[in-house]
Amino acid sequence: MKVVVIDYGMGNLFSVRRALEVSGATDIEVSADPARLALADRVILPGVGAFADGMAGLNAGGFVPALQGYVASGRPLLGICLGMQMLMDQSDEFGATPGLGLIPGAVRAMAPVGAAGGRRKLPSIGWAGLQPGGANGWQGSVLEGVAPGTPVYFLHSFHAEPAQAQHLLAQYDYAGAAVTAAVRRGNVTGTQFHPEKSGPVGLGILRAFLAG
Amino acid sequence: MAARLIARLDIKGPNLIKGVQMEGLRVMGDPCDFARRYYEAGVDELLYIDIVASLYGRSKLTEVVRATAQDVFVPMTVGGGIRSLDDVTELLRAGADKVAINTAAVARPDLITQVARRFGSQAMVLSVEAKQQAPGRWEVYTETGRERSGLDVVEWVQRGVALGAGEVLVTAIDREGTRKGYDLDLIAAVAAVVEVPVIASGGYGAAGHLAAALGAGADAVAVADALHYGRASLASLRAEMGAR
Repeated sequence: MKVVVIDYGMGNLFSVRRALEVSGATDIEVSADPARLALADRVILPGVGAFADGMAGLNAGGFVPALQGYVASGRPLLGICLGMQMLMDQSDEFGATPGLGLIPGAVRAMAPVGAAGGRRKLPSIGWAGLQPGGANGWQGSVLEGVAPGTPVYFLHSFHAEPAQAQHLLAQYDYAGAAVTAAVRRGNVTGTQFHPEKSGPVGLGILRAFLAG
Repeated sequence: MAARLIARLDIKGPNLIKGVQMEGLRVMGDPCDFARRYYEAGVDELLYIDIVASLYGRSKLTEVVRATAQDVFVPMTVGGGIRSLDDVTELLRAGADKVAINTAAVARPDLITQVARRFGSQAMVLSVEAKQQAPGRWEVYTETGRERSGLDVVEWVQRGVALGAGEVLVTAIDREGTRKGYDLDLIAAVAAVVEVPVIASGGYGAAGHLAAALGAGADAVAVADALHYGRASLASLRAEMGAR
């Protein structure tokens, strides 16, 4: 099975690659060539940084049509952190910027207050427990083996707000207000948290993505 | 968001070292071995600071980070001798998630904004080495505690956050390696003026010190020699803080 990790200049590629190796992937290709997606069985879109820079990198690399074609073929795509945010229609970070449009919804700055006016520091940095996004839980997703409440690592100031509740896969509580932790639409999954930095739990999620 | 327990590893060249108040260094061994052990014991984050890089230029920091990222799958913050966006790019590509910048940020505050714009403020940690001058007043030191900057800590952290820093690492020079506990007044003074997470570093010595630092306003606590010398285990520190 071939896993392609997209290199568009914005990711912690070494950590993602190494985490995939430890999770059992044997054929991993970190590539800046969109044509390689045609050969992939799994694609990972990593990313750290600003949304507009990320989309500019994907556009410059010719990845937007390649990713849309890949997803249309039904093969699994996993976006991580900024890579997850770019799955959405658009972001409001530094002015409205269109995203990949693979999942309806927008990326917005998190509010600096939680429930009952409680202050919440931003960026949101640290470990928080995953909770299902809806009544249907996360059966059949990459989170299937994860017990609700299991902590994973977050590092972000913006979060995705899916337009349709059914696309909200997981969330976490920050000072009494819910924050999107993962989204899913069919073969497209995105995690706001970093599975490659979430210890054995995160490696298990990557294993599930490779197996699923 | 649960308070974070961070293992701080000060390195010199390829070695983990430990100093007392940033003087009198002692070589402890290969930092990767310690990092791996802390990862396996459930540490929340690692903090690498190359304590000579800003004096003598970049050393083996990138290699240490890359070697650590082979087996460690929790976040790494890395600092020491970072002067440019290229330095940041290199460390992030080697496996770091955040960079901690002190000396270069004081010399060129615009670097804070550049790093935040390029990589996001969540990756830009303002590292502040604070030395007490009077009750309630601390001065920013650079070059690993060797040079005075003339800047007031409370004013500098506000400016740094306004420029784009997404987190503040506050090291109390007077407490480093003393085991007397964190400088609670310093933590409270910094936490009161910034809206970003604050990491307290310097002075852990005994049970109760972590809770006191968190109570003073820290969002994360860094522990160094107590872990390296085995005086405290991650399990005991975790128990002191409450569950993740």
